[in-house]
This record gives sequence, C-alpha cells and structure tokens, in this order.
Amino acid sequence: MSPTVTWVAVLVGAAVVFAIKLVGHLVPEHWLAEPRVARTASLVTVALLSALVAVQAVAQGQALVADARLPALAVAAVALALRAPFVVVVVLAAATAAGLRALGMS
Amino acid sequence: MTDAERDEVRAAVRQAVSVSFATGLYGVSFGALSVAAGLDLAQTMALSLLMFSGGSQFAFIGVVASGGTATAAVATAGLLGVRNGLYGPQVAPLLGAHGWRRPLAAQLTIDESTAVGTAHPPGRAARAGFWWTGVGVFVLWNLFTLGGALLGDALGDPRRYGLDAAAAAAFLALVWPRLSGPHARLARLVGGAAVVAALATTPVLPAGVPVLLAAAIAIVVGMLAPAAPEPHRDEARSADPADEGGRR
Repeated sequence: MSPTVTWVAVLVGAAVVFAIKLVGHLVPEHWLAEPRVARTASLVTVALLSALVAVQAVAQGQALVADARLPALAVAAVALALRAPFVVVVVLAAATAAGLRALGMS
Repeated sequence: MTDAERDEVRAAVRQAVSVSFATGLYGVSFGALSVAAGLDLAQTMALSLLMFSGGSQFAFIGVVASGGTATAAVATAGLLGVRNGLYGPQVAPLLGAHGWRRPLAAQLTIDESTAVGTAHPPGRAARAGFWWTGVGVFVLWNLFTLGGALLGDALGDPRRYGLDAAAAAAFLALVWPRLSGPHARLARLVGGAAVVAALATTPVLPAGVPVLLAAAIAIVVGMLAPAAPEPHRDEARSADPADEGGRR
C-alpha cells in the first residue's frame, strides 16, 4: 500500500467505524434488540479475531510457515489461561519469539 | 444528590479510572505494532484518535501488515466495529445526550465505556461511569499509542523483538474472553471454522480476503443456527459486556 492509499484507508476506515457507532445512538432501541442480530454480531467478532490469530501466527505472504511465532502463541495461550493481563500476555509472546530467534530459530 | 447517590457515583468513577489505565496501557502494543506494520506515526495516531476502537485498529494494521488491500483493511475494521453499533441502543437512553454531545458520546462508545456505564444504577452513576471511562480510555489510549509508536520506530526490524508474534498474541487475548461468555459453544465452533477457513484459503486468495471469508461464515451461522437456549450467564443486560474491563 502506498502512503496515499494507506491514508485514504485510515480515514475511510475511521469514518466507517464512527458511522456505525453513531447509527447505534440514533436507531430506535428495538431495531437492534433482536437476539439473532446481537448473536451474529458477536460471532462475527469471534470469527474475525480467530482468523486474524491464525493468519498472524503462520502466514507469510501467501505461504504458511511454522516459525517462532507458534511457540510464542502457545505461551500466550497459557498466560491467558492463567488470567494474565493483556499487556503481560503480549510481552511474554514477544519475548518468547525474540528469545527463540536469538537462539537461531527462524 | 443523596449520600447513596454520591457513593454510587464515586464507585463508578473509581472503576472508570482503573479500567482506563488497564486499557490505555496496551495502546503501547498498538502503537508499536502499527509502525511495525508499515504505518507512519501520523497514520498510527489518526487511527487511535479517529477510529478509536481497539479491535478495529488491530485488525486494520493486521491486514496492512499481511499485504492486504485498502478495501480489505477497511472492511475488516468496519465489521469488527459492528458491535459498537449494538452498544448505542443500550447507552443512549442512559445518557440522554443531545446536540453536540451525541456524536461525542457515539465516538466514546466502546466495549469499556459501555461495560462500566451499564454496570452502575441508571442515573448519575451510569452517566459518570460512561463518560469517565470513555474520556479516560480515549486520553490514555492515545498517549500510550504515541509512546508505543515512537518506541517501535526506534527499534528497527520488528521480528527481532518478536513483534509479529505479539500481534498474534494480541488477537488471541482479544478473542479469549468471548470463547467463554454467552453462546460459548457456538463461539468456539465458529472460531475453529474461521481458523480452518482462513488458513485453507491463505495460499489461494489475496491477503485480507481469508479473514473476510471467516466473517461471512459467522454471519451465515449466526442467522441460520437455531436460537437454542444455551446455558448462559447474565445475558439479559446487553449484547456483549461479558468482557471484564481492560479488554477491547
């Protein structure tokens, strides 16, 4: 993405996210109270985040690669299971990957 | 204000301050990851100031980092922002905001402000909870984003510091509480299907599109699956405040 294209994406993306928030404040309450709609929105969030975890962990361009990111993600999962705060989880994952790479893993 | 009301407001403000710090702090990871993804300082700050929705911002830079198109980045960020739209009908009646306060309230409508606002008795306490959390997270999130971006800029190759793994861990931390909340079983099923679909199509589809495909699966499942009365906790209050403070 060129810098100009990135700027356009940043501004359009911000406008879209703001518009969604504003619409939520303007529509009558019952419109969005339908349980199926609420459930679908929450499932979309789960699906997007799960897919992003997978892509960030093993994709490199269009190739799938197993490298230091995978053990780092496993460490993050253990930290989350132990109820570590967000910042700790992220730092532990980064430290794991950095440490393994310092030891020669790709 | 009665004494009881004053106590309620004080409790709401106290909670707002701690949630703001916990959330604001991880603006550091966003700032660092954003410059690692190839955005410059101004673009990173524009995202935190204007988009101001953690999940959407992380998703946006995730798609940019993987070489996705601008359209895929905007679409992914927008889809992750949909839940903010569902918060509006819950907080708008509590706030009764009019005129210029309404767009301001909308911009500050995020997971945390909604969670704190709706956790306190309607009235002064709920309003205090929403506004203190919204403004507190906004200020700290942006300050810490700036710090992270400056730090990340000075670091050089992000892989050496494991920042690519940190991005995956950040998304995992964001999805984690949603896998145990209401509709946990369906959520895990959809999460698993999303992982399989994204990985299976990564080699054949342009970057960013596999992630959107996962969203399409969720929409189909969400609309078609029977609304079975799964055992759930405290679902009545809102669409999604399952997350305790500090997660976005």
